[in-house]
This record gives sequence, structure tokens and C-alpha cells, in this order.
Amino acid sequence: MKHEALEKNATLLLIFSLLVVTVGGFVQIVPLFFLQNTIEKVEGMRPYSPLELAGRNVYIREGCYVCHSQMIRPFRDEVERYGHYSLAAESQFDHPFQWGSKRTGPDLARVGGKYSDEWHRQHLVNPRNVVPESIMPGFPFLASKTIEPKGFGANLSAMNLTVNNGNGAMYSQEDIDNAEADLVAQATGENTDGLMQRYPRAVARNFDGDGKVTEMDAVIAYLQVLGTLVDFSTFKADMSR
Amino acid sequence: MAIQTEKDDVSGTATTGHSWDGIRELNTPLPRWWLYTFYGCVIWAIGYTILYPAWPLPGGATQGILGWSSRGQFAQQMQAAAAAQKDTVDRIAAMSLPDIMKDPKLLAYAQAGGAAAFKVNCVQCHGAGAAGGKGYPNLNDDDWLWGGSPEAIYTTLRHGIRYTDDPNTRDSQMPSFGIDGILTPEQIDQVANHVLALSGETADAGKAEAGKQIFAENCAACHGEDGKGNREFGAPNLTDRLWLYGGGIDNIKAQIVKPSMGVMPGWTKRLDDATIKELAIYVHSLGGGEAPVTQ
Repeated sequence: MKHEALEKNATLLLIFSLLVVTVGGFVQIVPLFFLQNTIEKVEGMRPYSPLELAGRNVYIREGCYVCHSQMIRPFRDEVERYGHYSLAAESQFDHPFQWGSKRTGPDLARVGGKYSDEWHRQHLVNPRNVVPESIMPGFPFLASKTIEPKGFGANLSAMNLTVNNGNGAMYSQEDIDNAEADLVAQATGENTDGLMQRYPRAVARNFDGDGKVTEMDAVIAYLQVLGTLVDFSTFKADMSR
Repeated sequence: MAIQTEKDDVSGTATTGHSWDGIRELNTPLPRWWLYTFYGCVIWAIGYTILYPAWPLPGGATQGILGWSSRGQFAQQMQAAAAAQKDTVDRIAAMSLPDIMKDPKLLAYAQAGGAAAFKVNCVQCHGAGAAGGKGYPNLNDDDWLWGGSPEAIYTTLRHGIRYTDDPNTRDSQMPSFGIDGILTPEQIDQVANHVLALSGETADAGKAEAGKQIFAENCAACHGEDGKGNREFGAPNLTDRLWLYGGGIDNIKAQIVKPSMGVMPGWTKRLDDATIKELAIYVHSLGGGEAPVTQ
């Protein structure tokens, strides 16, 4: 090939390098501007409630994603085992998302409602309590670590910073102002009217059976909502997605 | 100013003309096979992006002229599987549990299907061998809280136990006799001894005698005068030496002070009716199944 001319002319080399980088840059960057097109609209999705968000924070802190994915792929074997395949919309409030290509433990995208709270509590304290052959580590300290509701609204504000999708903020000012009350309401199951209005289909009860709002409450609340928000009896799949 | 290139004597390949301390650089061309493979890949990629979904555009990605999609492929796989099982599954869905169990072919199919569904959905609580554990009933024995006929198991599977998402769930609450101060610690000690004595285990005879009256007033309504339990409330039989939350005086006392009560999800949202029927038949076949209600 006649690249000798390019190699021996600095200006020409510079111009052609820029051209190549530009094409590569366009291919990578332009699709990001149309990201919203790729998320189909589905009924029922809402941002995480304060308690669920607290549980998600613990989930990420403890590295649960290292072994557990939250993405059911559209294959028969996965759907038969875990339930309806995941939709992009179901991860739209996840920053960062919890998808994965490696599963040491089972996928958790639709674990919500599959087990009782007490099962989750026993399992998190020591998985061998309920699944003798499990290799998952225990997290007994979650039960003794309380969550301070005061100032929890800042967590919601922080989540708003992660959204840049042109749809406005994830949480409204009202959500942020009520974060402390909603957190306590969901972990006790009392005074849940506001919570239910702001976060439909939230599961509110004393998850771990003790009086305090602990990280155990938060993680169980988070696990119990995973994959339960979209009503698949009314969902019509768009085949081209 | 062109640099003088020359042929290398040994390899016969042209050099670039560069020379460092007498070492000259060969200008070896790309191997033919590599070059043509490369061109082939370029052509293949162009064809691929025409046939399959590829380029992201403002209005959505290009669809490809073959019309392939991962969801479409998935739907085909599911339809093919459903079509292959259709006859059997339809019959299971349409027939009553006792009728399915009378047909050896359907029974074998239901047991195999139920066993597979059990491994995915049930073993986490009831154990790989369905032997249960503390708080999770053993399904191999004939001690049933809510009934062991195929129909009763089917109802439990459909609606769950104390499962808040289903209004028809099986539900009952045992009072917290200790926490709520219904009985004094002394009374609890007495009635616990009585419960131990009911199943013929060693108990303090004096306390057990005193506990008899307490049992009759507080416990018999659900567990029965004789302590044999009541399946309407899922009240366990207290005379059979099978203890869901552990035997012995301490466990029994703990259960009276602040009872643990099992929760089981209902499965109608996750599993179709035929699968739930298969599960009921499988669990029924594990060893302790009771006769169907309707013969």
C-alpha cells in the first residue's frame, strides 16, 4: 500500500489520524444520545423507596453483585428458572446497574416475593441455616447495624445527580423531604399512606422482626421488591427490542 | 528524496531502506491468506449488518432484512417447547388431581415435571430431599399442618400460607402468650410441661397436671382438647413428637412466649396451573400423601 506518503508528511498524518479518531468517537458516543430510545416504556416502574435504596446501598457495599446478577436473558432455560426476562426499563433507576455475565449464586432479578422475610433473615445471618449446601458468606452484622433516618433525604438527592436523561429528576423535592418518614414507615409498616402514594406497590412491614430499623430490614425490603414492579399479565413484548 | 530500497540477499524480500549500524529492516508484505481473510471479514460484516439488527439510528436501530430478534427467537423456542408438551399439559390442566393420578402416563409426567419445578422453587426452604428444617416442614412424612390430600397441597401451593399478596391465603395467628402477658412465666412453664407430656415425653408431672387446665382454656380452641391439632387453622398436632421449631422444654416455651409462624408464598403469579398441579402430585407422592378428597 502507498502509506509512505502519509508516514513521511507530518501534517497529512495528523489530519488522517484525526479523521480515524473522529469516526471511532462518533460510533461510540452518538448512540449514547439516543439511549432513551432503547428503553421501552412499561407500566409500574418507579424509583426505589428510601428503605429499598438503603438496602441497595448495602447490597453494593457488600459486593453482592460479585456473585449475583440481576439480568434474566431471553433464553428458555433462564426464563423457566427465574421468570420473565428482564426489561431495560427495570434497570432504569439502577445507577450503577446490577447486570452481570457471571453467576456464582442465582440471578436475583425476580427474587422479590419468592421467599418469606424470615427466610431472608435466616439466610443472610448464615445461609447454611436454610440451604445446607450454600457457599455464600453470612452477613449476621446487618441485624445489629441500625440505619439513621435523619438526613436520609441526602441519599435521594445524590441519586438525582446520577440521572441525566432529560426526563427530570428521579426524586421530587417532596420525596426528598419525606425520606425520613418513608424510611421508618416502610420498616415498621405503620403510617404508610404517604409511602404507598409516593412508591406504589412498596412492601411495608417489620422485615426482620426486631424494633429497630436495621440494615437487615433494608436489604430484605430491597430483595422483596426486585422484579415485582412490572405487571407481566398486561405487558406486551415488542419483538424488535 | 526517495530512500534507496534494495533486495535482501537471504530472504529475497525488499527492505525499507532504513539501516541501523548495518542492520536493515525488511519490508515484509502481509501474508496473502491473512489479507484475503481480512477482506472477507469486511464483506461478511457488511452483509451481516444488512441481514441482522445493527446500526443505532435516532429513530431506533436498523432491523435487518431477515427480521431476526432475540425476543422473537425466544418466543419461538418457548412456543416450540409448549407445542411439544401441549397434549399432556392441556390434559393435566383440564383434569382433576385424582383423575391425573389414576392415569399412569400422566402421573409419571406430573411427577417428573413436579420434581423439576420443586428443584427450582421449593428446595431453598424445604431442602433438596424435601426433608425441611427448623421452621420449614418436612414433606416426606405424614404430619401435615394444613392437610396432605392432593387437593389440600394444591390449595397451599396456589395461595401460600400467611402470604400477604393473596387474600385467599391460608392464615392463622397464634397469640404471643408471653410477650403480650396473656400467661405468666409460671403458667407458661406449666403448660409447656403439659405439652411435653401430651407426646409422651418426660415432663415434670406436677407442672404438667397444673398445665392441663391452662391448655384447655388457652390452647384447645386451635390445637384441640386432646392436642391433636386442627388443620383448619394449621395448628400442629402436639402429640406426635414432631416439632417444627424444635422439641424440648425450652423450644416449646419459646414458641408459647413468642411463636414463630411459617410463611409460604403463593405460586400462581410465578407458575402456571399445570405446573402447580404437577408440584402437588409430586409432593403428595413423596411419602406422606393422604387419599384424595374426591375419589
